[in-house]
Amino acid sequence: MNKPIRAVSIFCMFLFLALMANVTFLQFWRADEYNTDPKNSRVAAAAFSRERGLILVGEDPIARSEPVDDQYKYLRVYPGKQLYAPVTGYLQLGSQTGIERSQNEVLSGEDPRLFVNRLVDLLKGDTNQGGNVLLTLDPAAQRAAYTALRDTVGPEGEGAVVAIEPKTGRILAMVSFPSYDPNKLASHDRETREKAYDTLDGNKRQPLLNRAIQTRLFPGSTFKVVTAAAAIENGVYDADDDVPAGATWQAPGTSGSQNVIDNEGRAGCNPAKISFSAAMENSCNTAFAKMAVEVGPEKLREQAEKFGFNSDYLLDLGPQARSVFPEEVVDTIDDVQQDPRELNDAETARSGFGQFSVQSTPLQMAMVVSAIANRGALMRPYLVDEVQTATFDVLETTEPETLRDAISPQTADQLTDLLVATVDDGTASPAAIDGVSVAGKTGTAQRGVEGKAPYGWFVSFAPADDAQVAVAVMIQEAPGKEIAGGQLGGPIAKAVMEAVLNK
Amino acid sequence: MATNSALMGFVHRRRRGAELFLLILALLVGVGAYAAVGLGVDGEVPTNLIGYGGWLTLLVVAAHVAVRRVAPYADPVLLPVVAALNGLGLAIIHRLDLARETGLASQQLTWMTLGVVLFIGTLVVLPDHRLLARFTYTSGLAAIALLILPMLPVLGTEINGARIWISVGPFSFQPGEIAKLLLVVTFAGYLVVHRDALALAGRRVLFLDLPRGRDLGPILMMWVVSLGILILQRDLGSSLLFFGLFLVMLYVATERPGWIVVGGLMFFSGAAVAVKIFSHVQNRVDIWLDPFADPSGSGYQLVQALYGFAWGGLIGRGLGEGMPERVPYAESDFILAAIGEELGLTAVMAVLLLYGLVVERALRAALISRDGFGKLVATGLAAVFALQIFVVIGGVTRLIPLTGLTTPFLSYGGSSLVANWVIIAILLRISDQARRPVPDLNEQQDDPDEQQTQIVKVVPS
Repeated sequence: MNKPIRAVSIFCMFLFLALMANVTFLQFWRADEYNTDPKNSRVAAAAFSRERGLILVGEDPIARSEPVDDQYKYLRVYPGKQLYAPVTGYLQLGSQTGIERSQNEVLSGEDPRLFVNRLVDLLKGDTNQGGNVLLTLDPAAQRAAYTALRDTVGPEGEGAVVAIEPKTGRILAMVSFPSYDPNKLASHDRETREKAYDTLDGNKRQPLLNRAIQTRLFPGSTFKVVTAAAAIENGVYDADDDVPAGATWQAPGTSGSQNVIDNEGRAGCNPAKISFSAAMENSCNTAFAKMAVEVGPEKLREQAEKFGFNSDYLLDLGPQARSVFPEEVVDTIDDVQQDPRELNDAETARSGFGQFSVQSTPLQMAMVVSAIANRGALMRPYLVDEVQTATFDVLETTEPETLRDAISPQTADQLTDLLVATVDDGTASPAAIDGVSVAGKTGTAQRGVEGKAPYGWFVSFAPADDAQVAVAVMIQEAPGKEIAGGQLGGPIAKAVMEAVLNK
Repeated sequence: MATNSALMGFVHRRRRGAELFLLILALLVGVGAYAAVGLGVDGEVPTNLIGYGGWLTLLVVAAHVAVRRVAPYADPVLLPVVAALNGLGLAIIHRLDLARETGLASQQLTWMTLGVVLFIGTLVVLPDHRLLARFTYTSGLAAIALLILPMLPVLGTEINGARIWISVGPFSFQPGEIAKLLLVVTFAGYLVVHRDALALAGRRVLFLDLPRGRDLGPILMMWVVSLGILILQRDLGSSLLFFGLFLVMLYVATERPGWIVVGGLMFFSGAAVAVKIFSHVQNRVDIWLDPFADPSGSGYQLVQALYGFAWGGLIGRGLGEGMPERVPYAESDFILAAIGEELGLTAVMAVLLLYGLVVERALRAALISRDGFGKLVATGLAAVFALQIFVVIGGVTRLIPLTGLTTPFLSYGGSSLVANWVIIAILLRISDQARRPVPDLNEQQDDPDEQQTQIVKVVPS
């Protein structure tokens, strides 16, 4: 019987060889694939139980990992709470939002730039520690923006503020209200976490939304800055010229009172011709509507796109809503979609003062004034200033990047003069700062819904001749308050500018 | 008597000293792993390390002394290998206990104690394995009874879709584990008597000697039993195991590969039909083909096991540093995934080599055994061991579809552990008989008591 026993031995040997080959394949060749599978909860849990790097503003962490005695070892803590929540986002097992998400590789220590540190940690037997991320935010500006916005719109209000350093594109403040406390969402206690999320997610005021980059609304009169830029840049008018205005204007090719453009009672717009600066100071709808039609939809759109409309530019935070200037209009007649066509004059006219289909995020409007403040050069906005090791050695500093020249320096100078006049003598006066030349523009955008309060906007920068800060304020809801002109937005913008300039 | 491989004049050494040395290494594995689990999970050496290590040492020393006394010529490698596996299994179960706050390791230690007691008992009660041949039909009946037990309404318990358990009071018990040992004895006893009839008659088709139709009786019966287990108990693994075991033993007894061809065809056609007809078998095959089709549902266990193996990589995460508790049933069928995750490919290879050694040593005992019954029992036990390893480890590493079987000596589970300790005792007994000097050759100087001719009822062969 020994011959078959030997055959059985060889058979058994092959069984074992097959097992060994298979397990080698699994643990050696396939391991990388499984270990990077996003569905692999081990990967997420391991990252979650690691000491993550800090998110820093100035010298203070606004997100840090605290050792705790549970299975995940570290709890993510956000000392900044509501103030910084829209920027930091929050960390959960297997998911992150905000900077926690965009800088996940650095914070978790997986970034290639941290390779040497990982190696040293490994040799020293230390646990792998994530790198730090230093943000561009200015704590004074951020706090000023949040406090002013919250106090202005009231506890039931909604709004956002963005401040940019025009020369670099550094985002100095990014505030969204209402906000949330990320600590509850980062809790290791599942019930606490889920309850907090359900409450926030179910809230009609959408506290989880970062309105500064995720909400796009009619920019209203603040868009007149873009229309003016298009007019000057294309040689249609100079800042010194007179422009056509009028108390009302029936948009070309339209009839009926709903298509009559008026100036909401601002008498300074009534003459048939007024100075460009008077048109800006009084925020004359008729003037900018006529100007837009003269420039034409294509040129107007090109100018808007040079400022960043119809594109994405923020790399450090997402998701970002794209600001829109309509390229074309698709009519629907009897439920049938027609071929796209160019904007007609009536539509162009309404686009000229930020209505019709023009929509902008607060960040986009901040970029418009930031480019004007920077003599026409539009910088890429950024939030991450430095990437550091856990021991605060700088690995990489973000270099400011010019996206494009949105307008010529001459056009920028002329627009600055117009906007300074608007603060000094016009509707934007609430943003005036003693001893500093401020450029600004108000905005009040109709929602297109009868009986609802408009959106309030305010954009500004200062000092006008050497701008340190450009601000956009958006007020979505301010129950019980009159959202008009610069009354609400102006003081908020002023507070932010002062916070930056007083440093 | 069958052919005898022992060379005339050659005397096997007892090698009990070597066994003792290997046992110390095995204890180092078991106790060391237990201490490493404590260090890895809690950051300190477990407080009961002395007690635990002492008990493990006591069990191993008791087994060794028993072998020294009643089976002095037995193979010196088998006992240390299974002691190492059992110790490692205990440490891993303890590791999972700490993660899940269960207390399975102490129960497993109790089962191991019972296993070692039965191991010693078997060696003492069974001075010659050929005594087992007396129980050919008794054990066959007992095996069938044990296999039927789980299907009885009160006793039988269905766990995870397989009806292979019986519950008596607080104890649950998997009779199939005992049945596989009884079946080996039955097959060996039957085949050693009928091997000539099965081997000689038949007709030649192409280059294969196919068996006679009338000799197909037993194989048909075994086929029906296997399919019965598959269908009624939904236990693909046991079904494959029993039928494979029978085929191997039939082949070894008759030396005719034709049996394997016939039996293999029968099994695979039966299994193919079963896949078509029975949804639970179909499910297993679907999970095997694409576990990621439903990674959080039906494929969850296998997917988590695969992630676990990958997570361990070459050297593993270290005991206490992985997340083996994510794999459902990591303490039983999927214990190798826990080992792969925390100790890496290195340890998985070591475990496979240890299992390979058990099979190799068992087959070696079969080769040198001086009687046909011993050869068949040893081969059968080796085959059942190898097949079980292949089916369960192949299943958890996605080499073949997953079937529910325990990993011998590692998995949590009393019936399996106890049965396997008895299997090792029988293998030691066979190797002791095989390696023992032929009594009527030249007189040896040491211990004349050992040399006494033992009276054994010789089994016709």
